[in-house]
Amino acid sequence: MTAASSPALSSAARPLEGGRRPTLSWVGVVPFFLYVGVFLLLPTAIIVGGSLLTPSGSLSFANFEGINKPYMFKAFASSIAISAVSAVVGAFVGALLAYAVVTGKPDGILRRTVMSGAGVLAQFGGVTLTFAFIATLGTVGFVYVFLLQHGIDIYARGVWLYDQAGLTLIYLYFQIPLMVLVFAPALDGIRPQWREATDSLGGGTWHYWRYIAGPLLFPSFLGCTLLLFANAFSAYATASALLTQGGVILPLQIQFLLTSETGSSQPGYAKALALAMIVIVLVVMTLYTLLQRRTAHWLR
Amino acid sequence: MTATGSSEGRAGVEVRLEHLTRKYATTTALDRLTLTLAPGELVALLGPSGCGKTTALRLLAGLEEADSGRVIIAGKDVTNVPANRRNIGMVFQAYSLFPHMSARQNVEFGMQLQHVGPAERRERATEVLDLVGLAAHANKFAHQLSGGQQQRVALARALAIKPKVLLLDEPLSALDAKVRARLRDEIRRVQLEVGITTLFVTHDQEEALAIADRVGVMQSGHLEQLGPPTEIYSRPATPFVAEFVGLTNRIKGEVHGGTVDVRGTRIPLVDPDVDDGPATALVRPEAVTLASNGEMEDGPLVGTVIAIAFLGAMSRVTVDLGDTIVLAQMATSAASQTPAGTKVRLTLRPDPVLIQREQPAATAP
Repeated sequence: MTAASSPALSSAARPLEGGRRPTLSWVGVVPFFLYVGVFLLLPTAIIVGGSLLTPSGSLSFANFEGINKPYMFKAFASSIAISAVSAVVGAFVGALLAYAVVTGKPDGILRRTVMSGAGVLAQFGGVTLTFAFIATLGTVGFVYVFLLQHGIDIYARGVWLYDQAGLTLIYLYFQIPLMVLVFAPALDGIRPQWREATDSLGGGTWHYWRYIAGPLLFPSFLGCTLLLFANAFSAYATASALLTQGGVILPLQIQFLLTSETGSSQPGYAKALALAMIVIVLVVMTLYTLLQRRTAHWLR
Repeated sequence: MTATGSSEGRAGVEVRLEHLTRKYATTTALDRLTLTLAPGELVALLGPSGCGKTTALRLLAGLEEADSGRVIIAGKDVTNVPANRRNIGMVFQAYSLFPHMSARQNVEFGMQLQHVGPAERRERATEVLDLVGLAAHANKFAHQLSGGQQQRVALARALAIKPKVLLLDEPLSALDAKVRARLRDEIRRVQLEVGITTLFVTHDQEEALAIADRVGVMQSGHLEQLGPPTEIYSRPATPFVAEFVGLTNRIKGEVHGGTVDVRGTRIPLVDPDVDDGPATALVRPEAVTLASNGEMEDGPLVGTVIAIAFLGAMSRVTVDLGDTIVLAQMATSAASQTPAGTKVRLTLRPDPVLIQREQPAATAP
């Protein structure tokens, strides 16, 4: 039977009068946009709105004036320093690890194990991670005690685990695996022919990294470092569990402003700080996207 | 267009591979390969995947180390010289252009490594890009060039360093048929113009036969036959060469005194010094012709046309003889006289053929 002999089939295949058949393919993305709307756009709108309102409900930029306060400026600086250090160290160590992994067999057990492990560890944070560090490197942690019994006192100059240095170390625990995950695709895009072409043209290892692999990977490396920075900058739970006193970093300052036990909570001020954080992360992520786009057609 | 700049000081040199052996774990990729390329000659290594042709090229390039044997270029033993000091130009299968550099920068890169001054680099890059017909695309990046253009830039890049030897590792395999044929001719033109000794590796028999001065057919790490394309095609030295290069009919017959009786037709053997007995004759389709289309009695070479493949001026006719299928190649005008379903009688031209004997079945010890 052909379609021509079947009116039912013919009419089903014919477009509706006046143009194209309506498509329902957009239905598939509705859950995604709903999710983004409820968990990203709506909270952002609440933060933007709340940051511009005074307790009496009038529009004002007064909430932003508090950002200039010295202790708040210090929290900003600490957040940026911790994020930058953990991003740079995480990026270098993660990149080396990713390089070691991608130079092995593409479907080898080492690669599969490391990539799976990185996928899990990159998401490992918060109270669990903090507790793991306290249980191992804390003042009664078994690693600390073990080292102490062998004459190594890592806290000889004071306990730094509950300080910025400790927080940076804990952040590295998820920053390094994240770097492995996001940088491995760029390394995979490096073709062995480029190395061999460099050799045949008279170049050595230095020339290859200086003129070929380095320039090809650098934008992606920089982009991934920015991603790690944003990841650390926006982290909250790990720091909250580790640091019980003082707003060392910005998310903790926001927490104190929202949940003051002395009745002096300042939600408008907290939202102004949150908006400042959003702007910083937005700038960083825009740079990350631009850098990734630059290398996309090189390393595909 | 000029070749003076690119061929300057670069007359072809002799290249010798002597007893080269390369093993990977338990597999022998190359087994005592010996091959000499005359100055300015283009030799194509042809064979199926895993035959060792690419390994031979990589050993010559210095990208891999031989387990034994020697590589001699222009009389110098370079077996232990690293790849970056052999002065060999190489064109890879695909995707070898540096993607963050323009075509000109790619071409200049090798000269930059040789510490050639910027002005001279620029001048020579223009010359070689002109040589491959891409001077107008000098500032384009790889992703802005077609596959064929990219391979021409790769050729220009390889030639820009004034190499002693040019190696082409399946440079056309990633291209579509039309571009492949055009670029193949382009490579040959440039190679002749520059006069560089060239080793071309391919699995495409048509490509090898069309471009090379001599073709080496490889199997399992061995060179089965080395000779001019016409000799490889018309006088294959082994059954493997006969079957790998061109199409071959396998027709059962009986060997008697240096000839083989194939379905009533006596055909001389390439190597008549063989024992009598059953054998399979390897007959080229062009050695099979069709007799006139009329009333005919049944016979061992009478069959029915079941398909005709149009190849342009020539056509390939498939004839079913009942117990076997035979291909005949002839002028399209002749093939059109015998459409599918026509009963035809085949004639086998008495060109010398190779035979193949069935291997005796292995027995348990």
